[in-house]
Formats: sequence, C-alpha cells, structure tokens
Amino acid sequence: MKLNKIFKNTLLVLAACLVLSACATKKEVATDIQGQMQGDVYTGTDTVEYLADGVPDRVFFATNESILTTASRETLRAQAAWLRKNPSINVVLEGHADERGTREYNLALGERRANAAKDYLMTYGISSDRITVLSYGKERPVDSGSNPLAWSKNRRSVTVKAN
Amino acid sequence: MTKKILVLLLILIPINANALIEVDITRGNLNPLPLAVSPLSIDEESRKGFEKILKKENIGSEISNIVENNLRTSGLFNPLDKKAFLQAPDIANLKPRFEDWNLIKAQALITGKVNYIDDKLRVEFRLWDVLAAKEMMALAFTTVPNNWRRVGHIISDKVYERLTGEKGYFDTRIIYVSEEGPKTQRIKKLAIMDQDGANNKFLTLGNELVLTPRFNPASQMVTYLSYFKNMPRVYLLDIETGTQEVVGDFPGMTFAPRFSPDGKKIIMSFAKDGKSDIYTMDLENRIVEKITNHPSIDTSPSYSPDGKYITFNSDRSGYQQIYVMKNDGSDVKRISFGNGLYGTPVWSPRGDLIAFTKLHKGKFYIGVMRTDGSGERLLTENYYQEAPSWSPNGRVLIFYRETKTNSKGEGFSAKLWSIDLTGYNERQIKTPTDASDPSWSSLLSN
Repeated sequence: MKLNKIFKNTLLVLAACLVLSACATKKEVATDIQGQMQGDVYTGTDTVEYLADGVPDRVFFATNESILTTASRETLRAQAAWLRKNPSINVVLEGHADERGTREYNLALGERRANAAKDYLMTYGISSDRITVLSYGKERPVDSGSNPLAWSKNRRSVTVKAN
Repeated sequence: MTKKILVLLLILIPINANALIEVDITRGNLNPLPLAVSPLSIDEESRKGFEKILKKENIGSEISNIVENNLRTSGLFNPLDKKAFLQAPDIANLKPRFEDWNLIKAQALITGKVNYIDDKLRVEFRLWDVLAAKEMMALAFTTVPNNWRRVGHIISDKVYERLTGEKGYFDTRIIYVSEEGPKTQRIKKLAIMDQDGANNKFLTLGNELVLTPRFNPASQMVTYLSYFKNMPRVYLLDIETGTQEVVGDFPGMTFAPRFSPDGKKIIMSFAKDGKSDIYTMDLENRIVEKITNHPSIDTSPSYSPDGKYITFNSDRSGYQQIYVMKNDGSDVKRISFGNGLYGTPVWSPRGDLIAFTKLHKGKFYIGVMRTDGSGERLLTENYYQEAPSWSPNGRVLIFYRETKTNSKGEGFSAKLWSIDLTGYNERQIKTPTDASDPSWSSLLSN
C-alpha cells in the first residue's frame, strides 16, 4: 500500500515535470529556470537517473544547506524501499557542492549532504553497513555552467550502486 | 633524485652600512627604483665550457636575465634597457664609471662575472649605489653548473634584501594542481615549478583526483589530498624521493592538510557523520590529537608562525567565518565580522596578518586582516578566486582564479595569480596547463 502511494506520488511528480517542461519550451529562458527551481533548490529532472523504475538516484539542496526538502525525502523513501527489496545491494552516497564556495569547505559540505541522505535512509531501515559516504565537494559538477540553474543541479547527493 | 643544495660560497666583502638607496616596500610602489643589471661578464673559454654542458650560448647573460626578470616582477624595481648601457660588462664589474650610469638614471647597478673552474660554476656579483658612487655588496658563489638558475634567484634575493631590508622570495618553488580536460571530468595532477615558472614538473600521473598540496616549511615534503582508490585521504609526499604515504588511519575523509611551522605535525580536517573537526598528527610518533569538537564544519586550519595558535574557518555561527584558537583547541574566538562569508585563513609568516578568501554578493575577494580581525583590507575582487598562500617573506600572496563558464560550457579557465600585500602588482603566473591550489615553499637557500 505504501509502495503504491510512493508510485502514485512519483507519477504525480513526473506529470508535474512534464507539464512544466512543456510550458518551458514555449516561454522565455527565465521561466524555464523558474520552472526547474523552487527557491534555489533544483526540482527538474534533466540530470536525474533512476536506480529502478520510479526510484530517482539523487536529491538536491539549497545553497550552503544540507536540509532535505519534502521532494528529497520522498525520493529517499523510494530509495529505502528499493534497498529493502534488494538486500544484497550496497550504495555509495556521493555528496557534491556547487562552484561558488571555497574548495575545502565544499568538501565538508558534500560530506554533510551525503550524510543527511544517509541518516534518512537509516531511519527507513537501511543499515549503515550498506552505505558508504563519499564527498566530491565541487570537483565533479554535472552541469559545467556558471549560472544559478547549473549550480542548483550540482548541489546534490547521488546514490550509486556499489556492487 | 639529486638534492639541489648550493655548494658553498661566500666571500663577503665588507660593506658600507650607510647606503643612500632604500626601497620602501610597505606602500604600493608606484615609482619602482630604476636600476641597471649589467650582463655578467664571461671570458671566451668559460663561455665555451658552459655552452657545451648547459646548451646556453652565454650563461652570464642568462643569469642576468633571471635577476632582471625577478626584480621587475617584484614591482619594486625598474630594470633599465640594456641598449642604453654605455660601459662594457667586464669593465663595469671592475670599476663602474658612475657618471655613465647616472646619465641613464640608474640608481643602483648590478655587475658580475662568471667563470668555469674545475667543472664548477663560479659567479661573483656586486651591487653598486650609483648616486653615492659606492659598492654596497659583493658576493661570490661556486656551485654545479646545473644550478645556474638558482644562482640567478639567489643574487636576486641578496639584492632585494640589501635594498629593501627584508628577505627575498626568489629562490623558492611553487607546488600546485595542474588541471586539464572538461570541467565535469577534470584531470588533476600535482605539479611543481620554480617561483618564476621555470622547471615545471608533474609529480603525479592524473589517475586519481588530487587537491590542495602544501609545502612543509622545514623540508622538501608536501602534504595533499588524494582520491586514491576513491578514498579521499591526506597524503605525505617526499618530492626528492617520490615516496608517498597516507597520513593516519581515519575511517573517513581527511582533508585540508597543512604542516606546523616546525614541519613536525600535520594539521587537517576529518569528516564524519556530517561534521568536520580539526585534528593534528605528529609525524614522528604518529600520535593523533583532536583539536576541535563541534557539530559544525571546522576546516582550513593554519598555524601561527610560532605554532602557538591556529586559525580556521567554521560555520558554527550558521555561516562560514574565521576563528582563532590556542594550539590545544582552547580559547576559540571568532575574528571575522564583516558582511559575507569568510574562508581559507592563512597566517602570514611574519605573524601579524591573516590572509583569507571572502564571498560577498556573488564576488570573491582575497584580503588580509590582523590576527584579532581588525584592519580588514580587500586586495582583489573577481568572479571566483580563493586559497591564498604567502611568499616566505610575507610580502606577496599567490592564489588561483577561475573564469565563468557560459551555458555552452565554454570560457572556463583556472590560473595562478599573485598580488602584493599592498594590493598593487597583480600578475598571472604562467603555467603550461590550467592551475589551482598553489602553495609557496620556504627559501631553499639559508
């Protein structure tokens, strides 16, 4: 039942995204950015990959923050459900920061973001033994652009299969 | 690897302490001192000898060019055009005709001579006060011919010291991170070069991500962060032997390493469970000590030159700010209170200032403040720049600067820059590839 709900939520999110991106193509670039960000947290799907059907691999953060948004918590609950169904799979949580910070602080910030995701997975029953945290700071952006939208895509924690 | 120690020298001829020329380096120098660097003279036999082993047609001129370039880039001196020189180098070195040098407005004159003796390079040079018509300094060195560049740097340091009253910074090296490839998949290697960009060498192959190399002030050791086997850890590298080892046995990421001023400890951050604290490890007995203990991010630590204090940045107030504490972690005080975020504090080798990176309203600044946080002075503003490192005499800062990338992914670059403590004389240091995370060595001689 719970899974069903998650699936439904994901569908809703996907539907919303489709609507938004459909609008975006018709309007100005500025609207496009607005449609893909809430505050300065990325809400688009351009860079998102899927661990399984309906299980996005990453969550996004506001500037200098490591707080999980409602959408992020939903993504992580989907990941936790998927991990419970696949008990032999271990994951690496890769934490990242955008380029607008000093290198060393960003390494720590990436670690803090990945740990926020780890803590949440653990509260949904995933053992810490199955999770490794790895921070890349600002070293591995997905979008090389120097603009607010690119930065929002880069402030992320990505869950990667380790085996 | 050959340890490039300068094999001796020093005939110090007594000098007149009441020289007239003095260069004030405490203010921005808008009128650099005009001086003439006469090419070091060389007899034909010596010239041929060096041409054979060093593949340089005239090693005397080459060494003077190094001196001239160093003094010019310091921003404090204006080396005059050699075409205007009236007196031949060999004669000038014996006894300058001061009125000739005065005529071209030189206030100081450097002359000298190079000899090839017993497979060694012997160099003597003199510094003259043109207005007072006096010799200010005379020195001679003997070394292996391959050290000819260092001889140029040492002469530059001696002249700088004699004319400014402060130690120079020319006989030094810079370790940095060489960068290549697309921004999303940057290949990074450790690289080292002389302070003037010569003798560039790569120390790692680029197989793993490497960051933030820092020199040991007391030896030719370097500490840096490597992602070897995808485990970001602080490493120690001996640049003479190439030996590397991981520092300490931490169950997670260690980063932001620096040496203590005596070179006996490494101070760094260890990240665990979303918190980063500062630790030290004694390199002799391997004892690890935890210095800060706070649920915040504490990183980028740097010792005061006497080793008694540590400055670092922390977001314990909610945002990244600069703090100072005693070396045991007690007595933590926040010192940055201006608008914006403050990071990467580095204590000046002179002890009186802390250099930092500041982020305010979308711009990055390199600045300095006193160690109690007063007297904040911003030296340079740009789109992105950070991580200042001091010249060993505490007069110049080197840092790196990145340019914007447009939406097509074009326009990105990372380069090394230096700027005087006065805020003047900003210049790019040329590197064969893009570059970041520079760290300045101590003086190699003395």
